[in-house]
Amino acid sequence: MAILTLTINGEQVSGKDDESLLSIAQQHGIKIPTLCHLEGLSDVGACRLCLVEVEGSPKLFPACTTKPKEGMVVSTDTERLRKYRRLIIEFLASEGNHQCSVCVVNGHCELQNQAYETGLTHVTVPYLYPKKTLDASHEHFIMDRNRCILCTRCVRVCHEVEGAHTWDLSGRGIACEIISDLNQPWGTSESCTSCGKCVLVCPTGAIIEKGEGVSEMEKKTDFLRYIVTARQKREWINVDSDEE
Amino acid sequence: MTVEELKELAEKELERQHQYKHRITYCSAAGCASCGGNAVRDTLAKTIKARNLEKDVEIAGTGCMGLCGEGPLVRIAEDGALYQRVDAGIAERIIDEHILQGKPVAENLVDTTNPFFSSQMKIVLENCGTMDSERIDDYIASGGYEALAKAVTEMQPAEVAEEVRRSGIRGRGGAGYPTGLKWGIVRKAQGEQKYVVCNADEGDPGAFMDRSVLEGDPHRVLEGMAIGGYAVGASVGFLYVRAEYPLAIERLRLAIKQAERLGLLGNRIFESDFNFRIDIRIGAGAFVCGEETALIRSIEGKRGRPRPRPPYPAEKGLWGAPTLINNVETFANIAPIIRRGSAWFAAIGTPKSTGTKVFALAGKIRNTGLIEVPMGIPLRKIIFDIGGGTPEGTTFKAAQTGGPSGGCIPAEALDLPVDYDSLATVGSIMGSGGLIVMDSTSNMVDVAKYFMEFCVDESCGKCVPCRVGTVHIHGLLEKISLGNGTTDDLALLEELCQMVKDTSLCGLGQSAPNPVLSTLRFFRNEYTELVRAPEGFVPAGTPNEQPLTR
Repeated sequence: MAILTLTINGEQVSGKDDESLLSIAQQHGIKIPTLCHLEGLSDVGACRLCLVEVEGSPKLFPACTTKPKEGMVVSTDTERLRKYRRLIIEFLASEGNHQCSVCVVNGHCELQNQAYETGLTHVTVPYLYPKKTLDASHEHFIMDRNRCILCTRCVRVCHEVEGAHTWDLSGRGIACEIISDLNQPWGTSESCTSCGKCVLVCPTGAIIEKGEGVSEMEKKTDFLRYIVTARQKREWINVDSDEE
Repeated sequence: MTVEELKELAEKELERQHQYKHRITYCSAAGCASCGGNAVRDTLAKTIKARNLEKDVEIAGTGCMGLCGEGPLVRIAEDGALYQRVDAGIAERIIDEHILQGKPVAENLVDTTNPFFSSQMKIVLENCGTMDSERIDDYIASGGYEALAKAVTEMQPAEVAEEVRRSGIRGRGGAGYPTGLKWGIVRKAQGEQKYVVCNADEGDPGAFMDRSVLEGDPHRVLEGMAIGGYAVGASVGFLYVRAEYPLAIERLRLAIKQAERLGLLGNRIFESDFNFRIDIRIGAGAFVCGEETALIRSIEGKRGRPRPRPPYPAEKGLWGAPTLINNVETFANIAPIIRRGSAWFAAIGTPKSTGTKVFALAGKIRNTGLIEVPMGIPLRKIIFDIGGGTPEGTTFKAAQTGGPSGGCIPAEALDLPVDYDSLATVGSIMGSGGLIVMDSTSNMVDVAKYFMEFCVDESCGKCVPCRVGTVHIHGLLEKISLGNGTTDDLALLEELCQMVKDTSLCGLGQSAPNPVLSTLRFFRNEYTELVRAPEGFVPAGTPNEQPLTR
């Protein structure tokens, strides 16, 4: 491991060579928008919100999976990046059926927050109004594919942390969907342990607890840091959660 | 197997072939087989038996003979006569008239002095049309496995990689990364286990170069992979081939079995301590699995989805091990390079794009088929000399290279040399070798829409720009092509294309907008003719007919 010096948005920062650009930026208080990234899970670079510019390359790099290099000059907030991030949010808004006003996570939704942050006022591309399904067969939880943004956090938490691998993907392209087991109703899944981790890491109202009213459900992702730190570093940490 | 035994095998096979007075070869590749080639083969065999010629005439099924649009094709080895559109009747006459009386069947004879044949240069396809695709002895008699013997017994691994680097060969899969450089990186990468992967997941619409090589000369690819394994220090190779190529898979399985039996694959190759085995992995038909990181995941038995690079497969590939991954045509060039030397290869083509390139000619062109030309040949020569130009009564409009990742080259650029860098200057790519010709009857908006529809279907759905962006781009193209688009839609189309190109995760998404951007660049008028001003738009300077009144 080595400590490297690099420049992010004109500011000299230092970071370890095995960290991601995203992590280094966060440590220095530089905010880069993310959706598929969640601390405690492996990074996949899928949502493309955290793309940054690196001097000397015409390409854009996902901050979550890009490692730093000595002397790297990174920009995280250019006009081009802001425009592209807004378009990504527009794409996500247009490919699902998102009705914030009647959603259980209204006000606590990461997609909604990112839409505010990127200054999205309206969607310029046509809405696709896809026919999506809702699976309420589970005793405690609901999977509403209308609100899914395919970030695959649920797939990763179920595989990497719970070890059950109940969730995975079916189809490809715009027909991609999150499925449980071999596309059976969630309630009949034999692998699901009903741990609820997927419910808590889901950034939107796609995986929710039953019995929540509109705007009532707040997602708490801090538990994941608690578990992962305990496993990797063998220490119990306090997480800023206001219950339990 | 020793080098001497290999030579003996070659001599024995040549002796066997010389026992026959005549050798008739027929194209046994999928193209001719699908238009009656098998019936021709059966008739030839039956007629030879009926005329009691079994001791004088040998028939052999070979790889693609090139003129696919005129199949089934039959060739007479001793005088090089080529017959087109052969059916059972013609096949019988070829035996009775050409073989028995020395009088060719004139009406089906192909003029082999035609530029279609004389302008080509064959390295990868050198055995296609002459060698029996299913007999390893015939391959060995044509100089096969000599290069592997030379590499393993006379050269150090580093020398082999260096020889490939000096040849100047660049990746034939499309992107054109210098092959020798890649070999050097994998060779130097740390790791006890390394792998060689051959990418035979050819997926561009209209492209059939790799299929033809695998069907016609499978051993050439195996030999190239084994030399690669020796150079980088790998003992296992995977050949990833799509399930849509059943004949190629069948021939590859047979070829691997034959090579293993002779000890040309397996343990202690040429009595050295070099071991190499090749396994086939069959793809389930996803275009994205031609992308190397997705292909690797697919071999691992996972869902074929790309991951961000770096790390590149050369450092972290199959199961995290350093992996050499090259395309079929690249591996097919390796044996000749080692056998004949890098200087010979580097002298062919242009200084920065050496060697030859195989193209599959398709679309509005007279001679559709498989060709191999030296790099740097002007596009005009490919289309008009070799391809014979566009059909009667039409004029050339554009050539599309690189499939859904490539672009259109307009008539103004016909004198452009076909090499990696020149094609990039007009916004296209060399691609894997698909070359689709459009004439004056082709509508370029429809062309762009077709390729975008393909990308919508083939996007894996992992990253947002490709999954959703391609759908919106296709929707806008649909709207514009139906005459319902506005100038605003055209502006949005360009904006989305640029965004998807810049932000997608892998090559599929990054290059998906290319057909749109390139048709917009050269055939913008076809788009602007279809769009109107948005509703309520008043051009500047238009006097108000009804002045606003309060």
